[in-house]
Amino acid sequence: MRLIRMLCCVTLALAGPVFADEAGRQGRLLATGGASSIDGAAGGGITPWAVIAGYGEAGQVGATVFATRVQLPDYRLDVAGAAIGYGNRVELSVARNRFDLGSLVHKLGLPENTLSQDVLGAKVRLFGDLIYDRLPQVSLGLEYKHQKDFLIPSLVGARRDEDVEGYLAASRLFLGGAFGYNLLVNAGVRYSRANELGLLGFGGDRRDTRSLLKEGAVAVLLNPRWAVGMEYREKPDNLSFAGESDWADVFVGWFPSKHVSVVLAYARLGEIATLDNQNGTYLSVQGAF
Amino acid sequence: MRLAILALALALVLPACAQRPAHDDSLYEDLGGKPGITRIVEGMLLNVARDPRIVQHFRNVDPERLRNKLVEKFCVEAGGPCAYTGDTMAEAHKGQRIDRAEFNALVENLTDAMEAQGVPVRVQNRLLARLATERGEVIGK
Repeated sequence: MRLIRMLCCVTLALAGPVFADEAGRQGRLLATGGASSIDGAAGGGITPWAVIAGYGEAGQVGATVFATRVQLPDYRLDVAGAAIGYGNRVELSVARNRFDLGSLVHKLGLPENTLSQDVLGAKVRLFGDLIYDRLPQVSLGLEYKHQKDFLIPSLVGARRDEDVEGYLAASRLFLGGAFGYNLLVNAGVRYSRANELGLLGFGGDRRDTRSLLKEGAVAVLLNPRWAVGMEYREKPDNLSFAGESDWADVFVGWFPSKHVSVVLAYARLGEIATLDNQNGTYLSVQGAF
Repeated sequence: MRLAILALALALVLPACAQRPAHDDSLYEDLGGKPGITRIVEGMLLNVARDPRIVQHFRNVDPERLRNKLVEKFCVEAGGPCAYTGDTMAEAHKGQRIDRAEFNALVENLTDAMEAQGVPVRVQNRLLARLATERGEVIGK
């Protein structure tokens, strides 16, 4: 958690002078900074979107901190992280994922009971605008991931404990697009060889090259503060010891103000490390400044 | 092949024609007609007056004239029986150098005003979608 704390300090130090000016911040509309994905990047829950973290418009800085828990039948995923956005153009993010192996530890007599990784992300908006421009908002992102407990991943065939992956995402809010309600559509492709996000390392005995993976999300805004939607994230299948399922979720997002948001979801994560039917509850809380 | 293209072209064009009847004033009606639009505009301007982010842009304008012109503008955009007699959007905002954040601040003041008037979300979205098309005439002038 030292990394997280450090980033929060840096974030606040950078943002302090800007935050001091009440008139010059959070110039974007409610909910347009999205939630915090498990990678740390602004987006939905399991996929990053093209939106930039926080509410900063041109010349403004925005920042977010978040904590997420995904409770599954046999496992638990905890995530904490932070992101900073500048000028609705660039975003830097950091996240720590900790995956609690739960019952599998006893079942298989595993040497460790958690798998952890750090994710450092950078995202840049290439062109377009979420709401207004002729073109949708399109962003390019890079993520550096470092798996911190590599013993188990190496035993099941993972090739490396760190890797870089990229994604291209497009997001558009259609005003009145869903029977009069605002409709948010996100689509993206990821170029990655991360096993279970990277918690089981990168590359494997079955396949060691990156795959092009599809991601997407749709959400309907019932009003400016409430959103409901679903997400999908394709995942590779690099390890022969177990299958890796594509992920999906249905979510409810609540944005009571530009400072707090909460996302509750039902996540279908399928088979993870030989245990099937890992479907459970996702809860994420974000603070934005 | 040519027939197929013609059929496709017709399929694309015909709905557009069908969706544009002689006069659609449903948004105007849904906003509560002239009285409803007047309440929304007045609510928005009261919100603006309390908004330190953008109030400076309104310091040197005649509030009554501004209200009347905005009511006309919204009425026309909503398909109501009005005529807009004010400056074009580009002229009205010339020299103000309104940026994206300030534009969004006005959207928030308008949304809050509609919310306060109990305007349904779907009706709010229709008006916002109409006004959003003119954003390019407002910012950066």
